[in-house]
Amino acid sequence: MAMRGRGAVVGVGELKPTRETPGETTLSLMAKAGLAAIDDAGLSFSDIDGMVCHPIGGVSMLTPSTVSELMGLKLNFAEVVDLGGATGAGMIWRAVAAIEAGMCQAVVCITGSSRRPRTPRAGGAKTAGGWSMPDRSAFSEFEVPYGNVGANVGYAMIANRYLHEYGATPEQLAKVAVHQRDNANQNPDAIFYGQPITVDDVLSSPMIADPLHMLEIVMPAGGAAALVVVGPELAQKLPNRPAWLLGAGEQVTHKTITYAPSLTDTAIQASARRAFDQAGVNPAQIGLASVYDCYTITVLLTLEDSGFTPKGTGGRFIEEHDMRWNGDFPVNTHGGQLSFGQPGIAGGMSHVTEAVRQIQGRAGARQVPDLELAFVNGNGGILSEQVSLIFGTER
Amino acid sequence: MAAKTTSDPTVRPAPHPTDLTAAFWAATTEGRFLIQRCTRCNAAIFYPRVNCTECGSTELVDEDASGRGTVYTFTVARRPTHRAWAETGPYVIAIVELAEGPHVTTNIVECDPDDVRIGMPVEVCFAPEADGVALPLFRPTG
Repeated sequence: MAMRGRGAVVGVGELKPTRETPGETTLSLMAKAGLAAIDDAGLSFSDIDGMVCHPIGGVSMLTPSTVSELMGLKLNFAEVVDLGGATGAGMIWRAVAAIEAGMCQAVVCITGSSRRPRTPRAGGAKTAGGWSMPDRSAFSEFEVPYGNVGANVGYAMIANRYLHEYGATPEQLAKVAVHQRDNANQNPDAIFYGQPITVDDVLSSPMIADPLHMLEIVMPAGGAAALVVVGPELAQKLPNRPAWLLGAGEQVTHKTITYAPSLTDTAIQASARRAFDQAGVNPAQIGLASVYDCYTITVLLTLEDSGFTPKGTGGRFIEEHDMRWNGDFPVNTHGGQLSFGQPGIAGGMSHVTEAVRQIQGRAGARQVPDLELAFVNGNGGILSEQVSLIFGTER
Repeated sequence: MAAKTTSDPTVRPAPHPTDLTAAFWAATTEGRFLIQRCTRCNAAIFYPRVNCTECGSTELVDEDASGRGTVYTFTVARRPTHRAWAETGPYVIAIVELAEGPHVTTNIVECDPDDVRIGMPVEVCFAPEADGVALPLFRPTG
């Protein structure tokens, strides 16, 4: 019960994702989202004494002090989290732990990414892997020479192995993208708001890396998202309903999927199990699954490995359930990153902001009725870093 | 016309060995595929590590692998993942399970991409690269 009731998210700040962010830097977007979250929490700027951020392109080191200096924050706790798509979720339990340890009282967790138009494949030209610094890790020697670069081909290999071992139909996987798009059509901040799609649209979109179609693949965007985390005493004094953190789990084993212990039994099993154990609840009690969705296969694997359905039954589970905001098993009610957009690390954070808004009863047209418990999963790299969280309306 | 260099984005990025991987890459130029064997727990390890990833022992010895394996999983990259592949057309990125156990990232060659299947038997072959290394690729067992 380590995390249960030790802290809550009380403020949300999130910028609408856009394809390009002219005139903005990642740092300026992060500052705007951070300020919005502090304001939403009903706190003043000087109440914030903790900040968590993530690595920022072009800022080679000393990232937390770069952000605190820009914003004028005076911090008792300054942290950087580097867990890819799991970063946002990983920030939340670290913030609660820091508060619980007596290091600070109010932590703003900030994610963001600017985006400017790039020529196709520009990233590949610089050095191995497209990074501007020479990479002397195994990645540059044993992956890049084979073109095993970027996430598409890694998830495609995961999907093919899953289909070989357990099977699922293209229509089942496509339904994830379709229902999430239906959810996005209730969210004016989603990048694909107002653009419904069908299963046929998904399956007739171009094949990018077998078996992944274009509409099963997340679209990069720019944007930012921030959350404010406080301890129990402060949470109960603030205007918003607290979204209590009830449980958290984390698991990291590999970077490149080739060296993962398994392609189909993922690290999500361990992270989710810990989160559920800490919360003292089970998957059947969860009213919203807000889970990382870089690809449709990611959602299927996450639903299985978090315990919502047994291993090998994910395709059938998807077919049998309505994953829309008003359905029997709501998934990614903001549209997921597939339809909300993926503004860098803030894309992973969007699963946390949506769970918090839903628990707070502030999700507007897409509000899940009578919601009490929400499950969040953050996923970094190629099913590498995993962080699971459970939020509840009651401490 | 000058030969293409490694700074040319159309050239496949070659591996640059470190002290840890020098023996592996040197062996590739002799047509050998090395793995490591843990002398304590007998685990077979790829790529070269400082310690056994199963038991933590640093007592690892190099061993010639059979060069045979099966396709564990793969994808056909219909869009280039890197400029070096911009003009090649679809290509196969795969994870091969070596007969000795370890998984290896590679390309499947000498085979139509649409004919690759999970479980297909494959064997290593080597493509000479610049800088004194040869890149291990895999082809269907003949």
